[in-house]
Amino acid sequence: MTEQEWYSTLEMRHGKELQQKFTSACVAICGLGGLGSNAAISLARAGVGKLILIDYDKVDISNLHRQQYNVSHLGIYKTDAMKQTLSEIAPYCKIVTHTEKITEDNLSLIADCDIVCECFDNAECKAMLVNGVAEQYPDKYIISASGMSGLHTGNTIQTKKLGKRLYICGDGMSDVDSDGTLFAPRVMLCASHQANTVLRIIAGKFDI
Amino acid sequence: MVKINGEELNIAGENVAEYLSESGYDLKRVAVELNGDILPKSQYADTLLKDNDVIEVVSFVGGG
Repeated sequence: MTEQEWYSTLEMRHGKELQQKFTSACVAICGLGGLGSNAAISLARAGVGKLILIDYDKVDISNLHRQQYNVSHLGIYKTDAMKQTLSEIAPYCKIVTHTEKITEDNLSLIADCDIVCECFDNAECKAMLVNGVAEQYPDKYIISASGMSGLHTGNTIQTKKLGKRLYICGDGMSDVDSDGTLFAPRVMLCASHQANTVLRIIAGKFDI
Repeated sequence: MVKINGEELNIAGENVAEYLSESGYDLKRVAVELNGDILPKSQYADTLLKDNDVIEVVSFVGGG
């Protein structure tokens, strides 16, 4: 499959103008767990031109029930595993990886992107990234996620908008600490809300 | 009156940090929208709530 074949196929599906917007977009995925691994795959499939993947962790057996990794990835960094998976799905998507923990002090890792996906699992890390991006990069859009745990109905997973550039996907309530665990479909629903919101923003659709 | 998460409250004059603490929010887990903009955390203590302010407080939960 040549690069020309790949992009002309996407242009036939999406229309040339929209695909060119996708191709020139850069999206940072912060956290490559259940949310980030699923969102990254959706965005690469849609033909987003560049993804910045950030995670410090390695693939563990406890990740396989909801995250897009395989047994062959066990023990390797999630950034490397996801890069390998995406190379099989969308080989012309430019992938930049940072295998480190994101804090308020190294948010410059996402400086090149237009849109940030907050895909952490820890509530305090979520709040840190959302507030940090709003403060340090007020022109960037940030798509966060809060509340996708448990075996609750999928119909409560929604996208909410705060201010002009912050979107929050999820039910806003189901905390993994009280709901026990996460199930693949509900996490994927939430990640799909995030990826869908990213594509809509790139397309110039900012409402929810 | 100040509108917080859709509810009208008589708390004009309080600062945002006071309101959040009194309401039981964990400041490490929240993001605050004030009149359409995300309020930087460093400004919570210095931001006094005024009549007709509209605030949304999001308290993040774990899982991902």
